[in-house]
Amino acid sequence: MTAPVATFVNIGERTNVTGSARFRKLITNGDYAAALAVARDQVENGAQILDVNMDEGLLDSEKAMVTFLNLLAAEPDIARVPIMVDSSKWSVIEAGLKCIQGKGIVNSISMKEGEDAFRHHARLVRAYGAAVVVMAFDEQGQADTFERKTSICARAYKILTEEVGFPPEDIIFDPNIFAVATGIEEHAGYGVAFIEATRWIRSNLPHAHVSGGVSNLSFSFRGNELVREAMHAVFLYHAIAAGMDMGIVNAGQLAPYSEIEPELREACEDVVLNRRDDATERLLALAERFKGGGREKKEADLTWRTWPVEKRLEHALVNGITEFVEVDTEEARMSVARPLHVIEGPLMAGMNVVGDLFGAGKMFLPQVVKSARVMKQAVAYLMPFMEQEKIDNGTTGESSAGKILMATVKGDVHDIGKNIVGVVLQCNNYEVIDLGVMVPTAKILEVARAEKVDVIGLSGLITPSLDEMVHVASEMEREGFSLPLLIGGATTSRVHTAVKIAPQYERGQAVYVTDASRAVGVVSALLNDNTKPDYVANIRAEYAKLAEAHARSDRNKVRVKLEDARANRPVLDFAGYVPSVPTFLGTRVFESYDLAELVPYIDWTPFFQSWELTGHFPAILDDPRVGIAARALYDDARKMLDRIVAEKWLTARAVIGFWPANAVGDDIALYADDTRAAPLATLHTLRQQMGKREGRHNLALADFVAPQGSGVADYVGGFCVSTGFGEHERSEAFKKANDDYSSILLKALADRLAEAFAERMHERVRREFWAYAADEALDNEALIKEAYRGIRPAPGYPAQPDHTEKATLFQLLAATESIGVELTESFAMWPGAAVSGLYFAHRDASYFGVGRIERDQVEDYAARKGMSVEETERWLAPVLNYDTAAYKPVAAE
Amino acid sequence: MTVQPTDTFDALRAAAAERILVLDGAMGTMIQQLKLDEAGYRGERFKTWNRDLKGNNDLLNLTRPEAVRDIHLAYFLAGADMVETNTFSGTTIAMADYGMESLVYELNFEGARLAKEAARLAEAKDGRRRFVAGAIGPTNRTASISPDVNDPGFRATSFDELATAYGEQAGALLDGGADLLLIETIFDTLNAKAAVFAIERLFEARRIRVPVMISGTITDLSGRTLSGQTPEAFWNSLRHAQPFSIGLNCALGAKEMRAHIDELSRIADTFVCAYPNAGLPNEFGLYDESPEAMAKLVGEFAASGLVNIVGGCCGTTPDHIGALAKAVAPHAPRAIPEVAPRLRLSGLEPFEMRV
Repeated sequence: MTAPVATFVNIGERTNVTGSARFRKLITNGDYAAALAVARDQVENGAQILDVNMDEGLLDSEKAMVTFLNLLAAEPDIARVPIMVDSSKWSVIEAGLKCIQGKGIVNSISMKEGEDAFRHHARLVRAYGAAVVVMAFDEQGQADTFERKTSICARAYKILTEEVGFPPEDIIFDPNIFAVATGIEEHAGYGVAFIEATRWIRSNLPHAHVSGGVSNLSFSFRGNELVREAMHAVFLYHAIAAGMDMGIVNAGQLAPYSEIEPELREACEDVVLNRRDDATERLLALAERFKGGGREKKEADLTWRTWPVEKRLEHALVNGITEFVEVDTEEARMSVARPLHVIEGPLMAGMNVVGDLFGAGKMFLPQVVKSARVMKQAVAYLMPFMEQEKIDNGTTGESSAGKILMATVKGDVHDIGKNIVGVVLQCNNYEVIDLGVMVPTAKILEVARAEKVDVIGLSGLITPSLDEMVHVASEMEREGFSLPLLIGGATTSRVHTAVKIAPQYERGQAVYVTDASRAVGVVSALLNDNTKPDYVANIRAEYAKLAEAHARSDRNKVRVKLEDARANRPVLDFAGYVPSVPTFLGTRVFESYDLAELVPYIDWTPFFQSWELTGHFPAILDDPRVGIAARALYDDARKMLDRIVAEKWLTARAVIGFWPANAVGDDIALYADDTRAAPLATLHTLRQQMGKREGRHNLALADFVAPQGSGVADYVGGFCVSTGFGEHERSEAFKKANDDYSSILLKALADRLAEAFAERMHERVRREFWAYAADEALDNEALIKEAYRGIRPAPGYPAQPDHTEKATLFQLLAATESIGVELTESFAMWPGAAVSGLYFAHRDASYFGVGRIERDQVEDYAARKGMSVEETERWLAPVLNYDTAAYKPVAAE
Repeated sequence: MTVQPTDTFDALRAAAAERILVLDGAMGTMIQQLKLDEAGYRGERFKTWNRDLKGNNDLLNLTRPEAVRDIHLAYFLAGADMVETNTFSGTTIAMADYGMESLVYELNFEGARLAKEAARLAEAKDGRRRFVAGAIGPTNRTASISPDVNDPGFRATSFDELATAYGEQAGALLDGGADLLLIETIFDTLNAKAAVFAIERLFEARRIRVPVMISGTITDLSGRTLSGQTPEAFWNSLRHAQPFSIGLNCALGAKEMRAHIDELSRIADTFVCAYPNAGLPNEFGLYDESPEAMAKLVGEFAASGLVNIVGGCCGTTPDHIGALAKAVAPHAPRAIPEVAPRLRLSGLEPFEMRV
């Protein structure tokens, strides 16, 4: 059989309430913000068309469709792709068509209610300017045989093209995929009927397309994902070859045809192609063997040990198995002339398979990092032999695809994302020079020059790092560099790169990299002389547009004057408010806190995010797309967590404090003792300046504290916790042992423990130390949802975006002296697994975002802090609502 | 149900086959030169109207009909093959600003009648056939953009409301004698889709069909419409209207518009129409590109085979149109390309299914 060459468009179904339980829940709960994030995620992951379906009995489907499409239209990064308006109700389809400015697809219409209704709907679809999916469905029902499928499609085609004037290229037939292997004899031919009908349509109905929903096919194997995946893969392989060019397929659930275990593949093929009478029985029997497993099952199954060594290495790489790596590498080495040939041969071939699966969304980051561990250990095993060879005859070593320098910028200590990117690049045969964290610009440039690197990659998590990256870019420009500069990390963005970084570096190109899965594509495009010019030209054009759009959008954001914002502050009820007095004033230190106590407080959802697996815990463990990868990662994490606790890999320390406090304007004055005579320090807060609707206030943290002169003796608390002591040494040791997977896993767990520590400490503060909610009883779920009284905002985060306030907090707590947490010049905490913040107890205190602020507040704030306006602007750059340059005197032209 | 095309199709196609057609220039610029005050706009009839009327240019169809007709005539005599009726804001939605929703039929009917009268006068002078395009503006509301930055899902109007308003305007324009319709200055493609939908309903109800021209606006140098579409996405969204022409007007001068016209010219299997502003506004907000300068730029469009119809938007005058007509006259009209039938969709960006 020849390979299919047709181009296949896969339509995701994650914004479909009938296809995704998670999306259904979000929509029924009215959480449209999260629903939009699902759509964005799909588009970012390469969806070419977005299917939107709101057919849920409990919903007002028309309203949900309109609401979602209108919100979606406001998101340019999602709205760039066409919409498939999907409903079984015509009224919902029509409501959706009235919301989309682009040309979308209607899914679907049919002759179910006769030709007249079909004509009527088709004319309207045309009048609204959409393409259409036509189901092979008539008055008698859904077409199940080749004859019925083809005759209905032919009739529909004739009506559409000859009577309605529908362009044939805008018609997509769905000739119905039904379940096979159900035990009912008539169903055996359903697979063949679809495939053959597809072939007939594509050769007899010019320009029309064929689509289908694939998951129906394997309905009788529900619960046996491995067999379902295999059936889908086999079916698509044949259907695409016959001309199917569009489909609703869950890409994550799709095994590549060639990867399917041969016996299973043949059994699936027998069923799909209806090749033998006992096909169903045979597949059922075989399915038992693969039951309950998915891909994990294969690990326990050691039949792969009987395969040829190249295949064994590939299997170990794809599945991340290190157990046999030295044995197999040795065997491979004995079979080739030089040790290098093992790397260039079977190991690279295996990593290419990993790269392809990852690129196709069939493997996920934790799995790839595990593959890299296998690769590194194999290479480490070969190194002594290669060294020996070099000594013996002076031959050179392996050649890499390119050299990449990576660093977390000065002042920043976060490196999980950077390390993951490094591993992924190494998997693809790039040499990575990792300079670690807190790397000054001069060092980056010095190493880049000495090592003749091809690309520099910068990472950062806190907002001051954005400025540092701009600085690196301008230094590269000044020193005459022209090599590509990659930008990544949590606070970085395409817009920031386009507006602030790229313009500083005209000789070269700064490129924003969304996540690790994009890094290889970006680097290979930049290092290939053929693709680079176009690629760079595209990026430049895109960034120019973004910069332009940004400049425009800035003008739209109306901010109110500081005085008006202050006039609109909330006035909390302090008259009848008697603040609880903390059980102690001043600070208290906690040495070597029990880690076991923190484990139940872990919020796991962000842990999966750090591995680029999105979804809520624990639902993510059963997610159809990433569930298998998530579960394996979770198992590894729990195992390591047990050891961290039992073997005391990490030490947890905390310091908390409480001080008498009263608000003075937008600041909070702290006092040494309850006489409130001697000022101890001033906490400065920033006020929201967005225009508010009637009844909404412009908030600042100071509003949550009783004002001076109110006669109310109020208090404020502060804390700093860290679980990062011991982390660096151990994660470096893992790295040295070629085990980046464990190294990254440990860092991610330390971060989670630090957050858990902050959560636990806050709980104890509420119940014991400040004791304003002594009888509070909440489970972890409720804690994560912050269903308690009081808040613990951190400087540098939305409620107080100014990182420099951490300096005051650290002085008050003597955090460096008492527990050893230090602040970098950018106010990042070291060790990185640390959390600090303030405690506010008022029952109306709530989390909020300051948002963008105006020049009037910056001037006022700078004066209050005793800092120059320029320096203040530098620290607050990400939240300024104006262009600082516009305020500087303009030189005469 | 058969819908009968009017003879305008044959006449226009025949003319467009042999030369580049010329559209008129700005109506607003010419009206400004009349320097009318509030009383000038009101005339006798609206002396006591309860709102300010200065600036309601469409109203001049009723209060200064000769002036409007003379402007049309000046454009025809300068070399225009077709003029646009003075009805840019002639929908109930746009007229709500003046409380004049009830006058919409009359404004459009008279607007078409005056232009037709000017066409007859011009034809009587030199015997060349002239056409009247019923101008349908964008209204002052957008169907796919929220006017409230804090509430992105909000819409100040709806597809249905727009379709009703556009349908009324188009009906009145045809009644008044417009030969064809021109949906123009499209900021938001969804508004235009509502107009197309309404016009299609109107054709079916009346069993006639006239040519429809469609003209979008690339609002700035980002190369996109206000609603975010690229020119190709815009074309994919409106190709179902099977318009007589697709093109661009307003916001940009000829220089800035060229790349986008070039793109449409490459992909659209229908006539292409360009009527840019007289350059970009100067520091006083005025358009000051001279007729000669603009004619040189637009003449190059013609020489490069990009266009079938040219004209002018903001800041252009009969002198500009005269210069344009002269500049394009020596050049053959753009040949309509063969476009392979492919499934072409769009969001803000185009999508094409490969085969």
